[in-house]
Amino acid sequence: MTATIRPERSLAPTDLRIAPARRRREAGVRLLFLGAAALSIVISAAIILTLIGNALNFAVQVDPAALRTDGWFPRRGLYDIATIVAGTLVISGIAMVVSAPLGIGAAIYLSEYAGTRTRKALKPIVEVLAAIPSVVLGFFALAFISPVLVQSLFPGTPLFNMLAAGIAVGILITPLVASVAEDAMHAVPAYLREAAYGLGARRRTTSLRVVVPAAVSGIVAAMILGVSRAIGETMIVAMAAGATGGSLFNLNPLDQGQTMTAAMTALAIGSDQVRGAALTFESLYFVGMLLFAFTFVLNLISDAFVRRVRSNY
Amino acid sequence: MANDARPMLTATEAVERRLRSGTTDWRSWVLEAALLLSLLVALGVLVVLLVDIAATALPVVGDRPLEFLTSPMSARPERAGILQGLVGSLLLTVIVAVVAIPIGVGAAIYLEEYARDTRMSRFIRTNIRNLAGVPAIVYGLLGLAVFVTVLGMGRILLAGGLTLAVLVLPIVVITASEALRAVPGSIREAAFGVGATRWETIRSHVLPYAAPGIFTGTILSLARAFGETAPLLMVGAIAGTFSLSGGVPDQLTSRYTSLPTVIFHWAGYPQDEFRALTAGAIVVLLAVILLVNAAAIYLRNRYDRKW
Repeated sequence: MTATIRPERSLAPTDLRIAPARRRREAGVRLLFLGAAALSIVISAAIILTLIGNALNFAVQVDPAALRTDGWFPRRGLYDIATIVAGTLVISGIAMVVSAPLGIGAAIYLSEYAGTRTRKALKPIVEVLAAIPSVVLGFFALAFISPVLVQSLFPGTPLFNMLAAGIAVGILITPLVASVAEDAMHAVPAYLREAAYGLGARRRTTSLRVVVPAAVSGIVAAMILGVSRAIGETMIVAMAAGATGGSLFNLNPLDQGQTMTAAMTALAIGSDQVRGAALTFESLYFVGMLLFAFTFVLNLISDAFVRRVRSNY
Repeated sequence: MANDARPMLTATEAVERRLRSGTTDWRSWVLEAALLLSLLVALGVLVVLLVDIAATALPVVGDRPLEFLTSPMSARPERAGILQGLVGSLLLTVIVAVVAIPIGVGAAIYLEEYARDTRMSRFIRTNIRNLAGVPAIVYGLLGLAVFVTVLGMGRILLAGGLTLAVLVLPIVVITASEALRAVPGSIREAAFGVGATRWETIRSHVLPYAAPGIFTGTILSLARAFGETAPLLMVGAIAGTFSLSGGVPDQLTSRYTSLPTVIFHWAGYPQDEFRALTAGAIVVLLAVILLVNAAAIYLRNRYDRKW
């Protein structure tokens, strides 16, 4: 800004005042950015209203007896919620059995054992694994994990089974578990380790008895976040767990099974044909609302654990 | 206590003996090996996945690589290609970039540079973190209800692109916020000190320093959108064959598919020919995504600035 100062007049404080045009531009820019930030609230509101509105529509019209039947067959009007919740739990359980040891083990190694060089060489493995889209892991589950691993270990297992899908979901969430757990261990202050070494503790004792207990909230947060991601994972289960036409209540991981997300995909892909039929379309939103509620609660709990780590150190 | 059988040791000797004892600490060794193994398993999975897919894709990618990219989808596997998927995915990514990047970076600028620590700004921050954790398929339901039905767009490419833009928006905000936060306050104070307004400070001082970080974060979120499938299935990316006709504006308002949707569709066919096609499409998808990620990691290391 150039202020013209006439020679006959000395500089007064008012000459330093911001020009009106400049002030207006400043306010305009601020408003624009505020709008961008506020949009996130609009999106959240839209998600919640959409889900609740359509789910209520389903809840009001559905025959309560149809919610407790032998299985999930929306096209026949059977909406047994327990079936798809059970499928979701089986898959997430297998995924956690795979990803918790792998992810936390990798995190301890990267944070406590690896030197700067090794770390730089090994960290990209985790990052590349994190970048692989789930549709690719879905194909991998179907083309490799199921025939090569599962079917040779358990002969007679169908190609589509929950175990293969669960293992693939576990691989998918391992990088997430590893990175959140590593962040937590990274946040443990160096003086705790130094104190342990000063007392003559080995690296093993320092890692397992000092660092891991100090970071335990963050490690728990990593696992909860992993469960939340596993519950919401869609493509792998839609491709590899089978039962796309509906499923009986089933807890056997060596059998086909349907999760909440896979049920939604099946409904959406076929939604053109079933438009007129009963409540199939609305049930999509009802399952969506359940899924949203589950993951939302898990994310909140995980967030609280992460904050506890931060407030401790 | 007198023990005649054992000679008395001084403390120094005792420590020395312990240090020189030379016994291997097996338990420590096993633990370190187990921890390293968990990383190596991850590496092994990655290698097996890439090799298995490359080997399966060989009949397609090896024999007719160009034709595979430029031919339309077909029910006859020997002629099928991924043209519609490739065009759809590129257009979708452009829509995501045009919509999500300006809004996301703008929101990050507001939260990091303008907002004071009020209840409102804390609420917006928490809300964005929560949005980042919402499963992708739920964004598909949102797109189906809002863009496809309420706004009456129907199952067109634009609706799919907007849905993906909403999906990656929170990720863009979070990564851009981190990049802005890394710029030290002294840079801002220098600009304020010579009389710059807040926006002038941001434009001329903060953004240039934060740009590499913002750029890296945003291209990673575009890569994420490129590989996303589930929400597109909700908002009607189709799996069947159709012809591409007309220019870009026609494409935006017509039915569409995307590369991951094509993969999902083909993976459902049991024939070996289609397995090769699926793997071929995955090779193309992974090539794009891994290249973008490699570029982002390279840029991050190149421009990472320590203040």
